[in-house]
Amino acid sequence: MTAPSLAPALSYRRPAFSLGRWFEQPNVFSWLMVTPPVLFLAALVGYPFFYGIWLSLMNRPVASEGTFIGFANYVQAWHDPVFWQVVLNTFVYTAVATLLKMFGGLGLALVMNQDFRFKNLTRALLLLPFIVPTVLSTIAWQWILDPAFSIVNWTLVALNLVTPPGPSWLGNPHLAMGSLIVVNVWRGLPFYAITLLAGLQTISPELYEAATIDGATTWDRFRFVTLPLMKPVIFIVTMFSVIFTFADFQLIYVLTHGGPANATQVFATYAFDIAMTGGQFGQGAAIALTMVPPLALLILAMALYLRPDKTT
Amino acid sequence: MTVGDRTPLGRLLKLWLPLGVSLLFTLFPFYWMAITSLKPNQELYSRKVMPLIVHHPTLKHYVDLLTETSFLEWTWNTFVVAVVSTAISLIFGAMLAYPLARIRFAGAALVSFAIAATYLVPQPLLFVPLADIINSLGLGDTLTSVILTYPTLLIPFCAWLLLGYFRTVPGELEDAARIDGASRLQTLVKIVLPLCGPGFISAGIFAFTLAQNEFLYALIFLTKTEVRTVPVGAISELVRGDVFYWGQLMAAALLGSIPVAIIYSFFVEHYVAGLTAGSVKG
Repeated sequence: MTAPSLAPALSYRRPAFSLGRWFEQPNVFSWLMVTPPVLFLAALVGYPFFYGIWLSLMNRPVASEGTFIGFANYVQAWHDPVFWQVVLNTFVYTAVATLLKMFGGLGLALVMNQDFRFKNLTRALLLLPFIVPTVLSTIAWQWILDPAFSIVNWTLVALNLVTPPGPSWLGNPHLAMGSLIVVNVWRGLPFYAITLLAGLQTISPELYEAATIDGATTWDRFRFVTLPLMKPVIFIVTMFSVIFTFADFQLIYVLTHGGPANATQVFATYAFDIAMTGGQFGQGAAIALTMVPPLALLILAMALYLRPDKTT
Repeated sequence: MTVGDRTPLGRLLKLWLPLGVSLLFTLFPFYWMAITSLKPNQELYSRKVMPLIVHHPTLKHYVDLLTETSFLEWTWNTFVVAVVSTAISLIFGAMLAYPLARIRFAGAALVSFAIAATYLVPQPLLFVPLADIINSLGLGDTLTSVILTYPTLLIPFCAWLLLGYFRTVPGELEDAARIDGASRLQTLVKIVLPLCGPGFISAGIFAFTLAQNEFLYALIFLTKTEVRTVPVGAISELVRGDVFYWGQLMAAALLGSIPVAIIYSFFVEHYVAGLTAGSVKG
């Protein structure tokens, strides 16, 4: 490590070209640093993205050469009734799960923002669903909702609320969607609650004191102090959550595989079925890409509605 | 800050009741996982026995899982993949974050835009072309396939988080080192990095849990038992046809969660810091 520091000293008397000094230029040094990771991401994110667009314009069965067919894959999706069900399912899944997580998470954060014993322990326990590998916890949910040995049904029967054997949580189309949303909320709620709690803790208590002196009620303080200050945090958290709920794969793949009869099929699982199970890479790539416009619209709508007004 | 009254009833309604319900909802699946894995089959598949407790605990499912399946191999694979891809992500993340945090250079805005865009690309958008690329490179059924692709999910996050930490290092420290003749690289390695340990721990923990959690790429790229990770192995090999081996599945779910949970319990403060840094500071 001594060589680089010698080079500038030598070139001090003789200001000819020096490699050491050349490295020290802001642009040179910076680009030497960022180029390897940028190339890495370009090769494994940028290139696949554009290659995916190209694939979506091909008829490309898995083990053979593709032929260019223009927008035929998109036209086929447009005329495919299952595709429209996928669109509807994805919107319902995303909207309901996000709203539940947002309100539930804010509620839980407000509860957690009080003083009580074992607060750190409670926070650590509440975050568990978020850190445990999703597939593994989802397997546990699958057993909780098992058609024959569901503990939920056992409890409901024991309380005389339903007649045995009880509802089929993953077999009935409407219940299956409801069950998926519950599991998604179970997994995602801690992320909202803990992040929003961190946001709440940055609000200065003096603001609440001032509001109270001015005669604000609890609701007023929430409405006019907490909510406006929390808007930027809520916006970021919700944006992440919407993107990853919209593109959710593992939870649905494990619990229902998109069934029964496509009732819970979403973009990711449908693209997987067509590309991996059906071997139609071109069509699968097209289905995956159709996720982009609605997702962009959702994010835009949220940005307009939840935009942190002046604070940036 | 305390809102409202401090009477025992108010406390109960505003704090303990909602907290209790949330904790019950949060923790019940883990309890259920644990007791299911300890039940003998005749108890597991009987409607007559009260299911909420274990009447005759047994370790049979664990023994079967460890002796009759490749669970240990999957655990090792998951660990190797998570460690290597976390290391790659931390190094690349730091290489992106440091110039962005400290140096004014041409094209900085472009680089930060690229990182943000990569951050927001959901995996299902890329898996079809990536599957084709991995196959044509002959990387199918190798751990290399996931070691190469996981960092694409982790680098943007690591870069974002480290960027925040690099900015907290006082500029005067770096100026002093530079005036004393240190090169930019020496300043980074000897002054800045040692001060950003907590940032690397936060980013590392977060990246590690994300890598343990990944499923879609592993499911597509890894189709042979000996290269599988725990989530894919459990889903593909503990469910044979339509038969679910629930005892073994729950044992696998519990054992597979434990490494993450242990690391998490040691570094929970760092983890929370990493989780909230992006959204609160951002």
